[in-house]
Amino acid sequence: MTEGLIVSSYTPLLAILCPATASILILLSSKRPNVRESWTIIAGILQFSLIASMIPTVLDKKVVQCLLFPQTMLEGIAFGFKVDAFGLIFALTASFLWILVSFYSIGYMRALKEHAQTRYYFCFAIAIFGAIGVAMSANLLSMFIFFEILTVSTYPLVIHDQTPEALSAGRKYFAYLLTAGVFLLFAIMMTYYLTGTTDFTGGGIKALAELGSAHKTALIILFFCFLLGFMKAAWMPFHSWLPTAMIAPTPVSALLHAVAVVKAGVFGIVRIVCYIYGVDLMASLGLGLALACIAGFTMIVANLFAIAQDNLKRRLAYSTINQLSYIILGAALLTSNGIRGAMIHIPFHGFMKITLFLCAGAIMVVTGKKNISEMGGVGKTMPVTMLAFTITAFGMCGIPPACGFISKWFLCLGTLQAHEIVFLFVLLIASLLDVVYFFPIIHTAFFKQPEGEVKEMEVKEAPLFMLIPLSITAIFSVLFLLDFILGLNVISMYFYRLVEVALGNVV
Amino acid sequence: MILAEHYPVLIIVISMLSAFTILIAGWLNKKTCLPISLATIFVQLLLAFSILHHVVITREPIHYWLGGWAPPWGIEYVVDAFNAYVLVIVLFICLLTVIYAKRSIEKELPRKIVSFYVVFQLLVTGLCGITVTGDVFNLYVFLEIASLAAYALIAAAGGRSLKASYNYVIMGSIGACFYLLGAGFLYSVTGSLNMADLSYLLPPLYENKVVQAAFVFFVVGISIKMALFPLHVWQPDAYTYAPSAVSVIIAAAMSKVSIYAFIRIFFSVFTTDFIHIYVPITDVLSWIAAIAILVGSVIAIMQTNLKRMLAYSSVSQIGYIVLGVALFSTHWGLYGALIHILNHAITKGCLFMVAGAIIYRTGLRSIKDFEGLGKKMPYTCAAFTLAALSMIGVPPTVGFITKLCLVLASLEAVEYVYVAVILASTLLNLVYFWRVIERMYFVRKEGAGENEHAIKKEEAPVSMVVPALILGLLCVIVGILWLAGAETPLLPIVEQAVNGLGVGAAP
Repeated sequence: MTEGLIVSSYTPLLAILCPATASILILLSSKRPNVRESWTIIAGILQFSLIASMIPTVLDKKVVQCLLFPQTMLEGIAFGFKVDAFGLIFALTASFLWILVSFYSIGYMRALKEHAQTRYYFCFAIAIFGAIGVAMSANLLSMFIFFEILTVSTYPLVIHDQTPEALSAGRKYFAYLLTAGVFLLFAIMMTYYLTGTTDFTGGGIKALAELGSAHKTALIILFFCFLLGFMKAAWMPFHSWLPTAMIAPTPVSALLHAVAVVKAGVFGIVRIVCYIYGVDLMASLGLGLALACIAGFTMIVANLFAIAQDNLKRRLAYSTINQLSYIILGAALLTSNGIRGAMIHIPFHGFMKITLFLCAGAIMVVTGKKNISEMGGVGKTMPVTMLAFTITAFGMCGIPPACGFISKWFLCLGTLQAHEIVFLFVLLIASLLDVVYFFPIIHTAFFKQPEGEVKEMEVKEAPLFMLIPLSITAIFSVLFLLDFILGLNVISMYFYRLVEVALGNVV
Repeated sequence: MILAEHYPVLIIVISMLSAFTILIAGWLNKKTCLPISLATIFVQLLLAFSILHHVVITREPIHYWLGGWAPPWGIEYVVDAFNAYVLVIVLFICLLTVIYAKRSIEKELPRKIVSFYVVFQLLVTGLCGITVTGDVFNLYVFLEIASLAAYALIAAAGGRSLKASYNYVIMGSIGACFYLLGAGFLYSVTGSLNMADLSYLLPPLYENKVVQAAFVFFVVGISIKMALFPLHVWQPDAYTYAPSAVSVIIAAAMSKVSIYAFIRIFFSVFTTDFIHIYVPITDVLSWIAAIAILVGSVIAIMQTNLKRMLAYSSVSQIGYIVLGVALFSTHWGLYGALIHILNHAITKGCLFMVAGAIIYRTGLRSIKDFEGLGKKMPYTCAAFTLAALSMIGVPPTVGFITKLCLVLASLEAVEYVYVAVILASTLLNLVYFWRVIERMYFVRKEGAGENEHAIKKEEAPVSMVVPALILGLLCVIVGILWLAGAETPLLPIVEQAVNGLGVGAAP
């Protein structure tokens, strides 16, 4: 981020302090549920406003900086926040969705009378603290610190049920993600050792690019260490923690495993590709193609897995794995349109996938059904939920009226721009497979009769606390597309313009 | 600050006099033991702080000639930044331990309260003496004072601790003999026992086999004292069966002092030249350290008794420090070692305090019985969690900082094996610490599914929980302070200490 002016401001610090403070207040008010939940909501709204307040500055091609320790023990590495356009996209997405999911959590947790709710809200706040920290970090070391906080804080959420299965899922979660952390730490230290810096620099770290020809093998190995470090992105064959982690309560799966945790992973990969290695170095080392192959493989195979799942959340999990690889593929194409598609898919996929998960949770709360084959007639009893589900499922397949269409459009343009026709076909096949596993759900819900005796169908929706958030996210997924056509920018939180600003630094 | 010159000897004299005072006062009234001991250690700590302050400000070591006899004939106390740093750590741990010990001892050694405090104070005297002295033979004397006190304290619990203590006596005496032989050899060729004088007299004699043999005797002797693998066999039993408070002090403070002696002999009596050219021991040492790290962790995984697990974990942690020492030719090696002295003292101190508190309140020693402890003893378990996260090396705890330094040092030495060892040890630590946390918080007792709320809060006494909690919080706070680098006083102290040892490559 050498380009652009730097504006010093405490806003990033204040923004990140919101969930941190909230977590403490949540612990203190564990005996009064209403007070406890209101802390979460207040912190969420405050945080989002603070992050949104940085939009004008960032659109001005400036970088908001807040260095807590300008000089850490490692010379040349600062600890602190630098909010650029790309980071802001992720921060906006995560903080906005946190508010909605908090409302949803209230409905969900109370409807199911879940235990240990204080722990749940506490860990949730810490996890958001980690995710926003990842988004706003100025360099790899700061990012790593928040990355690990994110991993550790989500563990209690994953094993919330505390059944033996949940515990073993938690172990798997840790085994994957902390091993990844080890690789990431190694890669970061190696980068620091080679270049003396770990700052995110638009277009890549120059010192690393200068090493390019002499240490080709070393840089390739280093890149794969980074890639292993970002196992959170659930690229195959290191994906299996994600479906396993679906044992968590649905709001957790929704926010953390569709938005915060996995997005932190792909966010990291895009950071490495665009801000550490840089597009040119990636191309000259041939890493773009390697990464694209991994992503393409994941897209196809994950979709094949998804078709075989009967549990709705597990199917959505495989769909997430597939969609994350869209983002990786976009970055790996190393073209402006590809990266544009990747960056824009981060918020868009977030909004759409969270809707799908929230719908899955709503169905579970109302009917107690987890498997797709049992969901006959759900579309009639829960019309709003299933409408939201249908719209966003269309979006997932890249069909209007939801915004998934735009990101896929850019990704396809990116493949053409890169002259990689093969990946265009991969994209299209993957989209086709998306259709193959999403449409049966819609079909079952609307056109199949429920098993057993057919009673008079009554409309029975989830509590409003759950219904409204999922409607909002669904509406937003549509609005994003509408906004693209109208060019208003306001309703889409300036995502399009932010992406353009980010692209200006990268390519 | 003329007075500060007298502080080193004051620390010793006060402590020794206090030991006798406690004996007499305690004989008259048992209740006076604790206040006297507490006040003494508190004053000692203040003195240590002012020594540290003085040394850091003036950047000159304090020299004190005992009885006014000039060295090399008289005994000299020399305190530079390194001694002062270790002194403050040791006394701080001692202070917390003596507070912690009150209730613990009343329960575990009800008939030996007076003698406990007397011997404890002697142990403190020994530890301080080792740290301040600048004389090789005087160091031996204090080493024996401390060791004898430790033998007695361990044996105080009776039963199996007698055997543990006996093993320790045998091994410790062998170690002390080796040390004494080393000192004797050096005296026979140089006629001097003063460290500064020796380092001046020795270089021409480096080729002398006697000198080289002396060095090896020193290394082996002190290695036994600090339980470096494979000379650690006395240590697990001693840590496990000692009274709780004693485990804390020997694990957190006494092992650090042995390491201090190790480093002091290494760099202040001998020099880096000697180690490089005449006794190329660093490769051997670093391999031993690497094996210690792995073997210690692996054996720790197999343990069922919490204290025993912590003891083996210490074996592996000592490996970290020795690895740092062995990599002294890199910039970060000795930094890592010195930083880890503080880190390990607070982390392991906290963990042993928690183990003791659990035994005090519930009598449980075996990890498999820890179900529901997180609800029963929330603050104790919170302290344990913080320290365990630090052992795993989750940022921003102190364990992460150590890992950072050692990884950088290994990278600089181009020893990727050690990088792998350090990172693998992270995962091994995760395995055995997370098992405990999982038990404490998440695993449900069989058949107790619905009665979860029935678990009553039964916290250990405040005087035991607060010290543990302080150390637990310090794991995080100190970690952040290290990270902040030169903006806090910690890192400059270590820098000065490293420079004082004559190894400081310019950062």
